[in-house]
Amino acid sequence: MPVSVRSGTKVWQRRDRNTQLAVWFGWLVATALVVLSWEVISERTMWMFVEDAHIQAADLLGRMVPPRWSYMDRLWQPLWDTLNIATLGTLIAIVLGVPLAFLAARNTTPSVLFVRPLALLVIVASRSINSLIWALLLVSIIGPGVLAGVIAIALRSVGFIGKLLYEALEEIDEGAVEAIESTGASRPQVIGYAMVPQVAPAFAGISVFRWDINIRESTVLGLVGAGGIGLQLEASISQLAWREASVIFLVILVTVLASEWLSARIRHAII
Amino acid sequence: MLVIEGLAKQYPTGDRALKGVSLTVPKGQIMALIGPSGAGKSTLIRCVNRLVEPTAGRVTLDGQPITGLSRRGLRQARRKMGMIFQEFALVERLTVMENVLSGRLGYVGFWRSWFRRFPEADVAAAFALLDRVGLAGFEDKRADALSGGQRQRVGIARALLQHPSLLLVDEPTASLDPKTSRQIMRLLQELCRERGLAAIINIHDVALAQMFAERIVGLRSGEIVYDGPPDDVSADILTRIYGEEDWSQTIRLPDEDGEPEMPHADAGAVNRERLAGLT
Repeated sequence: MPVSVRSGTKVWQRRDRNTQLAVWFGWLVATALVVLSWEVISERTMWMFVEDAHIQAADLLGRMVPPRWSYMDRLWQPLWDTLNIATLGTLIAIVLGVPLAFLAARNTTPSVLFVRPLALLVIVASRSINSLIWALLLVSIIGPGVLAGVIAIALRSVGFIGKLLYEALEEIDEGAVEAIESTGASRPQVIGYAMVPQVAPAFAGISVFRWDINIRESTVLGLVGAGGIGLQLEASISQLAWREASVIFLVILVTVLASEWLSARIRHAII
Repeated sequence: MLVIEGLAKQYPTGDRALKGVSLTVPKGQIMALIGPSGAGKSTLIRCVNRLVEPTAGRVTLDGQPITGLSRRGLRQARRKMGMIFQEFALVERLTVMENVLSGRLGYVGFWRSWFRRFPEADVAAAFALLDRVGLAGFEDKRADALSGGQRQRVGIARALLQHPSLLLVDEPTASLDPKTSRQIMRLLQELCRERGLAAIINIHDVALAQMFAERIVGLRSGEIVYDGPPDDVSADILTRIYGEEDWSQTIRLPDEDGEPEMPHADAGAVNRERLAGLT
């Protein structure tokens, strides 16, 4: 009851007294929890290692410079693999994810009761597992290499594209759908004329965005043996070849920058 | 001729939007449907082409029963009923031409429509209609680049390209300024007369309804409470439809312009423009 009468005038407050107390109590609990957690973490940390962290970091950095630029010659192929993993994975995800989105969206699914929950389950399953873990599984199923990486990226991206696209589908203007229906159009025509044009910009944006994410994700897939530049990184680090690792870090940085710039340009052009 | 018998609609929420409405609209008649918000006007016209599925009652258009048709039969029947919307309901990202041609979707197969390969006769008819509604040269503009009045003209062209025998018009002027409203209503009236089209026009503006319709039906809480010529609409009748209010400024007084039959005769039109401007 935020409105009360005090000495004849109406007073408005955002919350009533009990809600206000509950809010204060909530803050108290949250603060206590932070302090408690800090204590637990502090107890289990070997502070002597942390204390000389800056020395270790400086030491590592010292061993990384100067980068061994000649190593670049052996990076072009893995870099090309990485780009291919990301691009092919995204394409496969689009091919699978678009129909999935239409099955999952409330206003396009053939059956809200049976097909929709199934499609949503597939989307959640795909999204709940990181592509690194997909890769880990796939490397043991189909063996190490680029193929495992492509499929890992695709499996993770299907859910991403499916989810964002079905949400876009559910948010379209139903007025246009009604109008096209009232012309006597068939269901596929209603989808093609009233829905597809409305989600086209979202679709393009989602795809490019996912491709951009996949470039970043595919750089680490090699750590578990799924091909690409991560494989080289793994090798360099385990050989303590820090001057090679730093070259790889820089290559990844430049690649990600380039892909982000490109995807921003593409999205800007579409929308 | 459209025949509606005992049409009722109860929504799953329990709201009874229509309580047994019976209505006959002869060929070529322009009928205005007035009534307060929530009276069931939109539900009524949506039950005619079954965008909303009626709970009970029968709808017959030119002898063909609409209620009870299969999905396929319904699609074919909808081609005979052009619909025009308050918010225009164009596909914003498509061009004017694509929007107008979508009126032919009921006649064209999926792939032809997907690749925009409509029959030449349809394209020619679309050009002619765009010309008729005053949008010649706008074919390649995107719908979202148009003004409200222009969008409604596209909506009208789309509906007419269906070659309908009935127009279902849902608040055509509610999103438009007074002058554009009048132009759109006049255009609708002319087109209906040219083509012998019947029309049901849901409208809030009583003066506009009186100006352009041949018959006014008043709907209140899902029931018809008035059905008669526009000039018989009196303050009493508006009270019956909408409830108590001072109606003296709302209605057109039939005596003042002398010739209520031909609303676009010049002297009368000027007089009415002036009168309606006051409301």
